[in-house]
Amino acid sequence: MNRAALAALLSHWRRRPFQLVTLILGLSLATALWSGVQAINAEARKSYGAAADVLGGGGLAELVRRDGGAISQADFVALRRAGWQVSPVIDGWIRGEAGRVRLLGVDPFTLPEGGSAGALAAGDMTGLLDGALFAHPSTAARLAEATAIDSLAPGIALADLDTAGTLLQTNGFTRLLISDTQPLTRPDLAEIAPDLRIETPETAEDLGRLTDSFHLNLTAFGLLSFAVGLFIVNGAVGLAFEQRRPVFRTLRALGLTAPRLVTFLVLELLLFALLAGILGILLGYLIAATLLPDVAATLRGLYGASVEGQLTLAPAWWLSGLAIACAGTALAAGGGLWRVARMTPLAPARPRAWAMASLNAFRWQLGAAAGCFLIAGAGWGIGGLLGGFTLLGGLLLAAALALPATLAAILSLAARSARAPLSEWFWADTRQQLPGLSLALMALLLALAANIGVGTMVSSFRATFTGWLDQRLVSELYVTLEDEADIPAFTAFMADKSEALLPIWEIEAEVLGAPAEIYGVADHPIYAENWPLLSAHPDTWARMARGEGLLINEQLARREALHPGDTLPLPGGFSMEINGIYSDYGNPIGQVVLPLDVLVARYDGIDRRDFGVLTGDRDLAALRTALIRDYGLPEENLIDQAALKSFSLSIFERTFAVTGALNILTLGVAGLAILTSLLTLAAMRLPQLAPLWALGLTRKDLARIELLRALILAALTFALALPLGLALAWVLLAVINVEAFGWRLPMFLFPGQWLWLFVLSLAAAALAALWPAWQMRRRPPADLIRVFTHER
Amino acid sequence: MNAKTILTTLFVLCATPLGAQGFAGLGQAAEAYALPDPETRFTFPEDHGAHPEFRIEWWYVTANLTGEDGATYGVQWTLFRNALRPGGAPGDQVWMGHAGLATPQGHLFAERFARGGTGQAGVAPAPFAAWIDEWNMTGPDLNTITLTAQGASFRYDLDLAADRPFVPQGADGYSVKSAEGQASHYYSQPFYQVTGTLTFPDREVRVSGQGWLDREWSSQPLAGDQTGWDWISLHLESGEKLMGFQLRDTKGGTYTTGTWITANGTPEPLGTDALRLDEVATTEIGNRSLPTTWDVTLPAKGLEARITVTYPDSWMGTRIPYWEGPVAVTGSHKGVGYLEMSGY
Repeated sequence: MNRAALAALLSHWRRRPFQLVTLILGLSLATALWSGVQAINAEARKSYGAAADVLGGGGLAELVRRDGGAISQADFVALRRAGWQVSPVIDGWIRGEAGRVRLLGVDPFTLPEGGSAGALAAGDMTGLLDGALFAHPSTAARLAEATAIDSLAPGIALADLDTAGTLLQTNGFTRLLISDTQPLTRPDLAEIAPDLRIETPETAEDLGRLTDSFHLNLTAFGLLSFAVGLFIVNGAVGLAFEQRRPVFRTLRALGLTAPRLVTFLVLELLLFALLAGILGILLGYLIAATLLPDVAATLRGLYGASVEGQLTLAPAWWLSGLAIACAGTALAAGGGLWRVARMTPLAPARPRAWAMASLNAFRWQLGAAAGCFLIAGAGWGIGGLLGGFTLLGGLLLAAALALPATLAAILSLAARSARAPLSEWFWADTRQQLPGLSLALMALLLALAANIGVGTMVSSFRATFTGWLDQRLVSELYVTLEDEADIPAFTAFMADKSEALLPIWEIEAEVLGAPAEIYGVADHPIYAENWPLLSAHPDTWARMARGEGLLINEQLARREALHPGDTLPLPGGFSMEINGIYSDYGNPIGQVVLPLDVLVARYDGIDRRDFGVLTGDRDLAALRTALIRDYGLPEENLIDQAALKSFSLSIFERTFAVTGALNILTLGVAGLAILTSLLTLAAMRLPQLAPLWALGLTRKDLARIELLRALILAALTFALALPLGLALAWVLLAVINVEAFGWRLPMFLFPGQWLWLFVLSLAAAALAALWPAWQMRRRPPADLIRVFTHER
Repeated sequence: MNAKTILTTLFVLCATPLGAQGFAGLGQAAEAYALPDPETRFTFPEDHGAHPEFRIEWWYVTANLTGEDGATYGVQWTLFRNALRPGGAPGDQVWMGHAGLATPQGHLFAERFARGGTGQAGVAPAPFAAWIDEWNMTGPDLNTITLTAQGASFRYDLDLAADRPFVPQGADGYSVKSAEGQASHYYSQPFYQVTGTLTFPDREVRVSGQGWLDREWSSQPLAGDQTGWDWISLHLESGEKLMGFQLRDTKGGTYTTGTWITANGTPEPLGTDALRLDEVATTEIGNRSLPTTWDVTLPAKGLEARITVTYPDSWMGTRIPYWEGPVAVTGSHKGVGYLEMSGY
């Protein structure tokens, strides 16, 4: 009996392979998107952890100078001789062949165990003392002179203190790591080195917090995709259960108990879940491996976080993928199983009662929607990044839950205005189908809203960014000299070939305890004309010309709550007044702009090789040629404004490529959800359509009506998704951006995009409805007649 | 003594076997370094200071102490200097400190490393000072010193005073280490009277006893096939002292020699066949088996003594691990002393 029952149940899938494909596809897609995103997040977090271990010496406390300056060797020795077990670190950036690399100089003799040196084999110490640079293989590839060592964190090069001091041209130490193990007695810090203070180090959590919004974004997308995937599974399972009702009835009538039937169905689903889970994990790996390089580039560019574009996966990840597939199946099939368990052997297996029951469901959903809306409001009240995302999630969920009731209300209104019997039937019948379609429509709503919201955010960002680039890039040509010694010759060469040379000189330093860039700005009227400041003194540029005060970027200002007129302490132990604040999109770290004379007078180790060239109305191409041919500058050391702009934009595009890819995937999944729902309904609806056919409507008419219905529902859903999407965009721009990045962006509207999305959603719905409609049209009249003979 | 230790240190710091080019020095033999010379005679206080033209050097103090609580304690204070490259530049020196405190409650130890040329570690001959971090051996002169070191759970502050001259080991301070002629410059001060305080997290103990200083420098102190080292320094109740060591080679052979020191400080160098060190019993310490009871035989002096380690757990779990701790002497002569065992 058991074997026969199982064979009878499974034979269904042999007869309907397409359904099987839908089920497996939906579940694998859901699992794939979820686990892909998880893999990316895990990889990034792991990199942060490793990086923080090296940077912060593995969670050790540190000593830094109160004024942010370098710590002298004398201070270090005084501390050691007083019993303080501290180890010096020099921290800076060097130029590699492909971008900058962070360089850490360490003292192998005093380095506490378990930190970065723990990653080094004893043998590597020799290399360090001989002046070698060590880096993770992927980072070593960016540095000609570095030796690859697997155990180091990516994105960082390690060297001996002396080597690093030479490369970075510094004598002092950036910080002193404080060992976990300290001797029995030692004097207070204030007695030895009053200029130093103890600081808890940069930890994985700090970097994690910085990039939280990015990962939350990804996770939210993963979750959304998973939810949408579950709608598909729900549709497919519902369809399979619906179509097998006669089989269930027969098996029950033959003596199979309800618990056993349910057990068989659970086993069957488990099998599919595992199968789809494995498939999904493989797909997820592919997704993650494809997207990770972009994500890594984004994190590096946007946050300065080092993540290498290579994927390594933990067993836990595989298992969690399978678990989520099983959990998802259980969630999607729970309702169906429940109904099977409660089904009496001789129940008329038709869905009308189900539809009636859903009026209650609408009411229940509306209540839940109100609850979610309240949660969203609370999130708004809390503020912060978490509050922002609570607001976002609550809003989306509330809208999705309220969707069926809203659609039902709209359809009721439409029905009231209908006059002809056919159109009255059409509206009533559409309403009756809502419960079966509502999950798929919710999925569509969420996908559309996410598309509109994220699309609006990205485009707004893009528009702002482009406009800002146009203003900010004042020089026509940017030049990097080979060596600082070339400056006099270069200046002489350019004397009659340009209107002005604008030095773009900078150093890396710590400002208010966080890494920052300090630039010098020359006194030239073009800045006053072209540099838009967010807030400033009226005579900012005059003051800058006199060497008084400085400018800071919006990120630094927001982080430290600074305003024009405040005084900012700078490394090297001096302070200057803030003249103005400028926007600095895409830059995660603080930036300070000093009058050039002040920068040069105050700091050593400035990188002075970069210049902007104002050509006026001279021929740019000719100047390029002259610089390459006559002056002998390598071509790669020249970049003109247009190229720089397109480079900046390409970084920008790459940043949001992941978002775009996930957007399209989500929409695709939503389309699939509609398809499976419609397929389920099509089979159930035969008894309702047969009378219409008997009254004289052709099968062609019925098919057309089915298609029209799908289009109308999709259009209505889109109409509701539009305001939701815009609300989403507003939350992203005005709440989450400010919290996560430190800048607020103006919101622009892009109706062209909406039109495109509208067409896309109609197409998706039409495509999904086409198959059931075509089936309707080709259905043998005998099927329809049989409805009457089977009338129960 | 401790040549093996220091060489192992070099290996760990450099982790390149002999002959590899990665670390200048070892592979190029000792050519570029100064070599011990049998004709050299010590001049003090200059020779109390560092000899950076040689590759390795140490200032090594051990003390057998008795606490006011009646317990036996052992103290070790060591400063090693290794040259990374020949030439004697301060920046090319690596300093390493080891501190050990043997107690009835267990063996306590700490170690420190320092880069030369920064002031973090160093030695000055007069007034004498040797230091690494907050560990100090300082005095007006090397016969009158204070000795301090500490780890996470112990600290010692000792005063050492000796009233007899320094004792050259080997032939007027030229101490041969193998049949092939590897040697070092080596002198000792075995006559310190010691008083001071041991500090633990929960208590302090006043202690007194006898101390022993070894000063040694060389550039290639071991033959290539010598694998380990057993070294003793004994304070006999008669006032006489015995320093002895045996270097074990890969073929199971030993090179054993030492110095008998009379109560007035006159050294009597021993020939290679005069002294015998025989293992009597071993103890499992961690996953190693170490000889913890020895028979020491010196027929020329009528010495037939047994030495027994006081605390078998006196294991220095430093980056280069070895055993170093106090011993008791029984038999024809009685007394206390220190034993070092490396290469096990």
